[in-house]
Order: sequence, then C-alpha cells, then structure tokens
Amino acid sequence: MEQFLQQFPVVFNSLNVGFLQTMKLFFVTLLGALPLGLLLALGEVSRARVLRGAIKVLVWIIRGSPLMIQLLIIYYGPGLLAGSISAEAAESNWFLAFLRSCKWSGGEDGRFTAAAVAFIINYACYFCEIYRGGIQGIPVGQEEAGLVLGMTGWQIFFKVKLLQMIKAILPPISNEIITLVKDTSLARIISLQEVIWAGQAFLKGSQGISGAIWPLFFTGVYYLVANGLLTVGLAKLEKKLSYFR
Amino acid sequence: MPILEVEHLRKSFGQTLVLDDISFSMEAGDTLSIIGSSGSGKTTLLRCLNFLERPDEAIIRVRDEVLLDASHADRLSAQETRKKRLHFGLVFQSFNLFPQYTALQNVMLAEELLARETPGWKTHKAEITARIRAHAEDLLREMGLANRMNNYPHQLSGGQCQRVAIARALALSPDILCFDEPTSALDPELTGEVLRVIRGLAERNTTMVIVTHEMAFARDVSSHVIFMDDGRICEQGSPAEVFGNPQQERTRQFLSRYRDEN
Ligand SMILES: Nc1ncnc2c1ncn2[C@@H]1O[C@H](COP(=O)(O)OP(=O)(O)OP(=O)(O)O)[C@@H](O)[C@H]1O
Ligand SMILES: [Mg+2]
Repeated sequence: MEQFLQQFPVVFNSLNVGFLQTMKLFFVTLLGALPLGLLLALGEVSRARVLRGAIKVLVWIIRGSPLMIQLLIIYYGPGLLAGSISAEAAESNWFLAFLRSCKWSGGEDGRFTAAAVAFIINYACYFCEIYRGGIQGIPVGQEEAGLVLGMTGWQIFFKVKLLQMIKAILPPISNEIITLVKDTSLARIISLQEVIWAGQAFLKGSQGISGAIWPLFFTGVYYLVANGLLTVGLAKLEKKLSYFR
Repeated sequence: MPILEVEHLRKSFGQTLVLDDISFSMEAGDTLSIIGSSGSGKTTLLRCLNFLERPDEAIIRVRDEVLLDASHADRLSAQETRKKRLHFGLVFQSFNLFPQYTALQNVMLAEELLARETPGWKTHKAEITARIRAHAEDLLREMGLANRMNNYPHQLSGGQCQRVAIARALALSPDILCFDEPTSALDPELTGEVLRVIRGLAERNTTMVIVTHEMAFARDVSSHVIFMDDGRICEQGSPAEVFGNPQQERTRQFLSRYRDEN
C-alpha cells in the first residue's frame, strides 16, 4: 500500500500526459472524419457514377480490413516506398523525387500525424455509411415539397434535410464515437505515446518504477470516465433534437 | 385569355405510356377537378405541371408565357426551372410538412429564402421578415389555425397538417394551386375541415386544379371537370355535364361505382 501511494503521483502524471495524446487523437479524428464522411456520403448518393464506384471500393477496403493494419501501412508504407527509390532515379524524375520526399517526420509528431490520417480515413468511411443511410432515409416528399416551393438543392439540403438527418444518425454516430475513444489505443502499435503506452512503460521500467502492472489496468479508468461524459453529452444532444419527429 | 394551357402532353415511364395527348385550358379563377380511377395518370399530370416530372411532349403556357416546350430538347437550368415552377403550387396527399419547423415556420420558410435573393434583403432584413411573418400568420388564420401556429407537425392532426400545407403553398401566391387528393390520407371525420378550406378558396376565385375522389365535392365546387381514363382525357365539361349527363360509357361506369358506394 505504501508503495502504491508512492508510485501513484508519478504514474498519474505520466498517464495524464498519455491521455492528453489519446484525446488529441480522438478530437482530431472527429474533426476530420465527420466532415470527410459527409463529403464521401454526398459523393455516394450523387449522379457521378465513377465517383460513386470509387467511394464504394474505398469504403469496402477500409471497413473490410483491420484498422491496425491500416495504421501500420500508413505509418510504414511511405518510408518503405521512399527508401526503394534511389537518389539517381529521383534526380531524373520529379514525380519519383516527390515520392522519395513523402515520409513522416521522425518522432512523436510523425507518429501522431500518421495515426490521425489513418483514423480519419477509417472513421470517415464508417461515418459515410451512416450518413448515407440518413440521407436516403428521408422521404422523397421532403425534397419534392422543397422543390415545389422554389428552393434550390442546397437550400433543401441545409434547411430541410440536414437536421432530420442529424436526428436520424445521432444514435449510430454516438456508438461510433464511443468506439473511437477505445480504438485510439490501437495507435499503440506504431508507438504513439497515448495512455496505454504510458501505462505500459511502468511494466518495463520508467521513472524508477518497473514491473508494475496496475498502471496499465488503471488506464481503463480514463476510458470509462471519458465515455461516461460522452454518453451523457450525446444523450443530452439527442434529447435536444426530440422536439420534432 | 386562359391562365393555363396544356397542349398535347405525353409522358411515358420506360415503355409504359402514362399520359397520352392531354390538352386542356383554364381561366383565372377556375376550379378544375380531375377525377378518374387509380393509375389513370392524375398524379403524374400534376407532377408534370410542377416540373417534378418532365413530359416527353407538351407545350405548357401560363398567361401566354410558354413555360415548357418539350420539343426544345435542351434541358432547363435548375435556376430556370425554379423560377417557372413558382407559377404553380402543389399540395400533396401526404402533406410533406417539414417536421423540424413549426406551422408558422413551415409557411414562412420558402418566402424568406426567396427574399434573401432580393437586393434589399441585407439592409431591410427585419422589416421583410416581419412582413413575411404577418403574411404567414394571416394565411394560417384564414385556414382556421390561429392557435396552432407554434405547434410542430407531429402535434397537429392530419386535417390541421393539410391546412398548414395549403397555407404554405399559398404563401408564394402561385398562379395555379394544385391539389393531389388532399383528403385521401385523412380520417373520414377530418376531410370536412380541409374541403371547407378549399371551398373557401374557390369562392375567392383562387385558380385551382384538384385531383380528388370526393365526387360530391368535385361536383359542387368545380367550374370544370376532367375525367381521365388510362392516361387520356376521356370526357370533360361543366360538373353538370360530366356528372349529370356523361356522354362516355367509361364515365358512366366510373361514376356509378361511386353512386353505389354512397
Ligand atoms: N416514377 C414512376 N415510374 C414508373 N411508373 C410510374 C411512375 N409513377 C407513376 N407510374 C405509373 O404511371 C401510372 C399513372 O400513375 P399515377 O400515379 O399518375 O396515377 P393516379 O391517377 O394518380 O392514381 P391514384 O388515383 O392511385 O393516385 C401508373 O400505372 C403508375 O404505375
Ligand atoms: Mg395519384
């Protein structure tokens, strides 16, 4: 017990720093994936056939394979590709030169950017399918009523459909958001210094503490608290939109 | 001068000819009822007038202005279509109110969006909005909804919803207001209130095209009746002619079905 009390402040500090990185990844992913998913969904319901097909394939690939593999490919892929291009080849061809320069910067910044890119693409694809369901679930009568009243396509989307869509997709989006909080731990695979990484450090030895497993267990509390707050917030939002049906 | 002229309108969906050589005209203040059995193309005709469907052939004129000449193959731009469809209003069988807006907001929305495109909007925003609100309130009062203005559609009965929808269509002062079976989605005890409102509009000489299965109402309120059968106009004339002395066998058969029911 005494040992625990001694270790706690050190561990707590470390985990907080790690959790900050977890939250940063969480918010950056949402900020990127929510709008990107909407763009993908609008593309998927558009009349452009090639675009629709391309988005379908992308969504299939991203949803059909583990996020962990996507993280690894996005983090290590560019470096491997760049490394396979010789300096001479790059000199003769601007495109090869460009590819050769495409590498994540070293260190935590590079890891974070790579993780954010992987998470944004992955979650945008999940959001895209949810949005698409939301858009297609709105009765055509809504659009036709708008058209007959002389509204433009954009006006119909923003003034008529958007809020109905948000209301319809809020429950499934909430589920994804809760999952995202937990999924951020996958970034551990590319050594992003998020909360689990921070907890694990005390197992191997760090700041004079080693062989301690409890910090790793304790990281669970962070996820629970974050998800508890999110659940309450999202339920509030859902309630706000319950004024219409 | 007729307010609306439709000439040789033809429309097919794929291989099926749904409207065949439809021609008719109406004068300002007329109430035209369109009757006919299910699948005879009544809804499709209204949708063509409102530019929700594009006819394969047709000339449509409103007040001598050619709104649509289908022989000109070039597609109208979205902007042009928008302007042209404002000559018409459409009240749907299923109301199609916007659920996130109150009755008042439903009526105001389109007029407000149009006002935003006018040059004075930025400087006179408050006055214009006030004027639009007053107009919408007048219309809702006229529909007997004075104390329902701030209710959301899910808080209203079907008959009330349909009356809001009528006010919403009237807000843009269309030249011709179309109704597609405005009472078919209503419980029988609620049809009366909606029919009363439409009758009131007819008495004030609102130009209307009404697709309906309410024969007594059509007979009573119309200045002109069209009976459609299988995509064609089978018979048309005054209500006294079409209901009282139908010339076509198909019309007699159709009407006798309704007589048996009542
Ligand atoms: N979008 C469409 N695609 C294919 N066929 C259609 C479409 N819309 C209507 N039709 C067909 O066109 C015909 C006329 O339909 P319409 O809805 O205009 O009839 P209606 O007279 O309004 O019938 P009701 O009294 O049942 O409302 C029907 O045979 C219908 O199946
Ligand atoms: Mg119909």
